[in-house]
Amino acid sequence: MKAWDAIVIGGGHNGLVNACYLQRAGLDVLVVEKNDWVGGAATSRELTPGFLYSNCSYVCSLFRPEIMRDLELPRFGLQVISYEGGAVFTRDGDYLANYRDHDAHRREFTRFSKRDAEAYDRYSRDVTRQCRFIQPLLMRTAPDPTSFKPRDLGELLYLGKKFAGLSAEEMALTLRFWTMSIADFLDEYFETDVIKANFALSGIIGTALGPMSPGTAYVLLHHYMGEVDGSVGAWGYARGGMGAVTKALAASFKASGGTIRTGAEVDHVLIRNGKAKGVVLAGGEEIYGKLVISNADVKRTFLKLVDEKELPDIFLRRVRNFKIRGSSGKVNIALDSLPEFPALPKDSPVYRADMHFTDSIERMERAYDDWKAGRWSADPFLDMMIPTTLDPTMAPPGKHFMSCFVQYAPPKIDGRDWTDTDRGGFAESVISQIAQYSPGFRNRIVHMEVRTPREIEAEVGLTEGNIFQGELTFDQLLFNRPVPGYAQYRSPVGGLYMCGSSTHPGGGVMGAPGRNAAAEILRDLAKPTLHMSPAHDVI
Amino acid sequence: MAQATSKKLAESEIDAATDARTLAQSHFRTLRLGTPFQPRIDALGLKQDWYNWAGYRAPHSLWDEELEYFAIRSQAALFDISPMTKYRIEGPDAEAYLDRVTLRDVTKLKPGRVHYTAWCDDEGFVLDDGTLFRLSPTRFRLCSQERHLPWLLDSAIGYEVRVEEETEAVAGLALQGPTSFAILRDAGFAGIERLKVFDLAEFAHDGGTVTISRTGFTGDLGYELFVTTDKALSLWDRLMAAGELRGTRAIGYTALNRARLEAGLIVANADFTTSEHAIRTDRLRMPDEIGLGFMIDPDKGHFNGRRAILEARSKKKLRHVLVGLEIEGNIPAEHAIVYYRKSQEVGLVSAAMWSPMAKRNIALASLQRPYGDTIVDDLWVEIYAMRELQYQKLMKKAKVVPRPFIKLDRRTANPPADF
Repeated sequence: MKAWDAIVIGGGHNGLVNACYLQRAGLDVLVVEKNDWVGGAATSRELTPGFLYSNCSYVCSLFRPEIMRDLELPRFGLQVISYEGGAVFTRDGDYLANYRDHDAHRREFTRFSKRDAEAYDRYSRDVTRQCRFIQPLLMRTAPDPTSFKPRDLGELLYLGKKFAGLSAEEMALTLRFWTMSIADFLDEYFETDVIKANFALSGIIGTALGPMSPGTAYVLLHHYMGEVDGSVGAWGYARGGMGAVTKALAASFKASGGTIRTGAEVDHVLIRNGKAKGVVLAGGEEIYGKLVISNADVKRTFLKLVDEKELPDIFLRRVRNFKIRGSSGKVNIALDSLPEFPALPKDSPVYRADMHFTDSIERMERAYDDWKAGRWSADPFLDMMIPTTLDPTMAPPGKHFMSCFVQYAPPKIDGRDWTDTDRGGFAESVISQIAQYSPGFRNRIVHMEVRTPREIEAEVGLTEGNIFQGELTFDQLLFNRPVPGYAQYRSPVGGLYMCGSSTHPGGGVMGAPGRNAAAEILRDLAKPTLHMSPAHDVI
Repeated sequence: MAQATSKKLAESEIDAATDARTLAQSHFRTLRLGTPFQPRIDALGLKQDWYNWAGYRAPHSLWDEELEYFAIRSQAALFDISPMTKYRIEGPDAEAYLDRVTLRDVTKLKPGRVHYTAWCDDEGFVLDDGTLFRLSPTRFRLCSQERHLPWLLDSAIGYEVRVEEETEAVAGLALQGPTSFAILRDAGFAGIERLKVFDLAEFAHDGGTVTISRTGFTGDLGYELFVTTDKALSLWDRLMAAGELRGTRAIGYTALNRARLEAGLIVANADFTTSEHAIRTDRLRMPDEIGLGFMIDPDKGHFNGRRAILEARSKKKLRHVLVGLEIEGNIPAEHAIVYYRKSQEVGLVSAAMWSPMAKRNIALASLQRPYGDTIVDDLWVEIYAMRELQYQKLMKKAKVVPRPFIKLDRRTANPPADF
């Protein structure tokens, strides 16, 4: 019976990136995907006629340019449309916008505080300095500090040198940055509530932490390191929705000879004598492969797909304790017309950008309090946008698709599973918030997809619906991601690798874990990696 | 009845507040503001050659940059300095406060005087340079390139002083050149002849006042005039009318930039990187490293950055030096690398030109000490002169020379000459 050179479990963006690189290295690669479509959390789905939903991830910026280049994604149809800034609506009927033009940005802040407007340069300098330090680490395998292999020592030395290259002041700032809460960090620069709320958003997105929780400053950094076609810090919509990213990856994979099987859910990894030999599908079918690479998160991989007996106790315990808490949900809405926001001038570019309604850190923290108590937030934080203002391919003419990322949504409600009634209540918290700022909003809704952690886990397979496959807190980064001693994409089982966002450098539609894992696998196979262009620093 | 009136009043107040907000929001439609002088500048700016000066639409050149430069040196040039960042600093502790914030001794700056100064962060790195106007014993105006409100407010803690940003409220004009004095006199600013270099005084204008100082950025005879925005256009017209026969010409930054280089003056974020903008920490500079060491007064008491600056001096930790260079030939060495013995890289030229006044090829350069400091011989610059799609690579000898590159007696003559 045929044995594939490699079987990738899960057709999410990292699985596909990994598969593409392995296939292009000459391996015969099979991707098995449980859904009838590929994409994982980067999909576009038509759930009501004429409307395409980016139904999980919804914006593109972090995706690594080296990967786009190596895998020829523009050739296979990927287009990213960058958009202008965004805004936070305030409860008194005003808004604070972010503009890409430096002076417009300053003038907008001046409307709320002259001091804060002039504090932005220093804030921006300090965040950029931190990005410059951390960014080159993204595309490198994290060193294992317990190993004495020359390569690990070399990487540690690289890390050490980078750190030693910092001035005393920078080193202090770096350590503070990695451990501080985003609220405390912003207090160092700004004094105005809405301005702090505006920047704090990036510190809590996808994270089961509040803006006052230590470690959230780093999450902000994670979101700052993006670009669109070389424009640093820019965010954009993938034309045709986020499924366009994985569609292009799948096309690239197939063009290089790869095979994808959809509707093929893996029941478990086939292990003989401590070595992965393939996968067994839910129907019992066995597929053999010399290597198995899991795009699933570390909990799903080792607690569901691998027999516990095959794993060391400490490893298992650490996997169980890996923080991968559900904190967010998603509401996708089909609208029969463009909603109006009376606070916004009609010609404002904000209509084409991200909109938020949480105008203070205090409100964000209160929303987090609900999460701790096992409830969805009564006053949630929304990251809302209408991609069809820039991408007409996602809705019929004159109609619109609205994407609402919603935080916080706990994995369980009062300790029990979500019910459909809960889901309805969760949706209502979102709709009523938007309706407060957009009269007549409810009447424009033609269809709605409501995704709580329950739906995201069931469909995409992300444990607890955590979008990053594990929190981006510093205890779970670099050589500690996902488990100390296993941060180099390998596992205790021979021939079984990890390539999902649970691994370094973490989540977001970045592709770096998939690519880094491919580099490690090819190293183990002693195969050349000439098809992987060297990573460059964006900033 | 009374209730109804007050309700109506309250409603109209709300309407007014909403209108003001709508107006404030509308800035996104105009990314580059016009200054209070914009109607006049637009009328003269036939080249439509604009650049972004701190969010304002400012001209590189209006008509002809050569003629604009020569207006500075032979007639009079009118340059709009409204986009310059301006802070109003006022209070009983204003002098003590500014003495703490800035490098030079503010207790020696008398009311009615101006001085060129700079200010540093606690590590002794230069945040910016600028001019400090003492308008009264308790009132100052600080003009700078970058914005510093958080720094100025944080430094004000413990002082009885009010710091306000007033960039948009105050219009500024520089009138520079040999005929500038005669123009102001003919425009009717009585007593203008009494202003010595770095003096300032208030003069009547259009039912209000204009603050005129004998300062400038050209190394020539010249004045700077500050006025509230509503009196800006009448001031422009008054100067233009008086200067009609004395060759007054509105100019753009290209011409001014040449004049300032001849005067040996530095520009923040062109000749050095300001501390709040330096992403790379090795780009930070202490005053001694950019030629501003003369401002430091170790005896004046505490000022921001004092300890770090004095320690760097005593421990010889200063790593850079900014120098004036005279380069052989006449090809400008803009952004050329400076070499020692034609081989060892020791620095970079930040500004360069062939000076029509000095008839020399001049430049400002930042060098790594000891080059430019104790080793000043055998320095060379490598010039890549692009000529019809080919580089002509030139290795030219550079000599460290004192600044300014030109010295004009008319700049300081009292009373100023009637050209």
